[in-house]
Amino acid sequence: MNSSLAGEIGQLTWEHLTLVLVSMTIAIAVALPAGILMTRRARWRPWVLGFANIMQTIPSLALFGFLIPVPLIGGIGKRTAIVALVLYALLPILRNTLAGILGVDPAVRESAVAMGMTAAQLLWRVEMPLAARTILAGIRVATVTTIGTATIAAAIGGGGLGVFIFRGIASVDTTQILAGAVPAACMALAADGALGWVERRLIV
Amino acid sequence: MRGAMDRRRVAVCRELADRVSAVVEFRGASFRIGAREILKGLTLSVEAGETLALLGRSGSGKTTALKMVNGLLYPSAGEVYVDGRETRAWEPVRLKRHIGYVIQEIGLFPHYTVAENVALVPWLEKWEEARIRARVAALLEQVGLDPDQFAGRYPRELSGGQRQRVGVARALAADPSVLLFDEPFGALDPVTRLELQKQFLALRRDLAKTAIFVTHDVREALMLGTRIALLREGALEVAVTPPEFLETRNGEARAFLACLDWQAHQP
Repeated sequence: MNSSLAGEIGQLTWEHLTLVLVSMTIAIAVALPAGILMTRRARWRPWVLGFANIMQTIPSLALFGFLIPVPLIGGIGKRTAIVALVLYALLPILRNTLAGILGVDPAVRESAVAMGMTAAQLLWRVEMPLAARTILAGIRVATVTTIGTATIAAAIGGGGLGVFIFRGIASVDTTQILAGAVPAACMALAADGALGWVERRLIV
Repeated sequence: MRGAMDRRRVAVCRELADRVSAVVEFRGASFRIGAREILKGLTLSVEAGETLALLGRSGSGKTTALKMVNGLLYPSAGEVYVDGRETRAWEPVRLKRHIGYVIQEIGLFPHYTVAENVALVPWLEKWEEARIRARVAALLEQVGLDPDQFAGRYPRELSGGQRQRVGVARALAADPSVLLFDEPFGALDPVTRLELQKQFLALRRDLAKTAIFVTHDVREALMLGTRIALLREGALEVAVTPPEFLETRNGEARAFLACLDWQAHQP
């Protein structure tokens, strides 16, 4: 391995990581409040979950493609890639937020209300701490998936480790493919391990 | 003219007298879900210091009646008064903190220690930390749990009986004027249940609180209640003292008492 390849690996890994972090931050900022809201608005559940489900079923390469002609969020480049990655990450976070909060023992919720907790206290003191593990598990799944899917961002000029992979496929160069795939796999394993560790540290 | 004034004055005095003595009062309280009427115009008052046992079969409306006291439910017709004030006129959170509540499933917060569970309402009421700590220790002592041993434990580290004791301590924490119990000892083994029932009697003697508890166990109603209100399909059958209950000719009451006889006559 020459030093220029090593340098490029470093740069593209950093780019990849940035894509993932930005996408995940936005996805959590959207899906977590939406999930909480849905525990209070049962009628919205099928619509919101349906939307997130459909997003998840679109093949990733096609989703990136579909977004290119869309005004404002579309086009070639990082912005489009981030939009697609966010759409992908929504479902696991939404679903786990919903499952985590709705999974809180009804007796615990009833006694919280009967003790005179306000709606906000019920959410932040009881429901969120008890759902934290399930929600974090959703974030973990979404993060690992995003790290993998982000390799396809290169197809629409989003950069990241996918650049190596597409270049390697085009030039039938296994070294290039591995230069993209190995760091991406390592990043996924590291994220999975780190978030799993946090998850286990949470009580209950 | 004068007669009418006097009559009115008498009516006002009577109403005031009612308000002073009755801590909880149901006035024609009904509750329906769709076409099903779960509670049918319950009229019943609970005096200060009384322990009212709400007895009835499953689905007789006794838990519904109980939940109307602290505003977990509101009557679809009629009213419920707590300390002379209609439950709807209370601020919901205020009303709930004013009343202690213990349920069969206990509902302890699994992510809080025993001490944190018991301290909940005082903490919500923003008591000073030292006062809360002293109160928690005193309460655990009162329900028969050694504070040094139990304060730092999590609910999962307790037995069923110990959890129920913590539930009672939590309900007592902010010194509520009324305590509600929804089949508090239902899920316990008979030995632990008897132990807790005795504890309940001791607490009642020491604290002289007004209490309402729901049960389907006639033996428990006779043992713990100073008065028994028997519900059948959402309607009140009788509301009498335990000795009167044993003598009543009411059919539903006889049906409950037959359970006792049957138990007594087993070899």
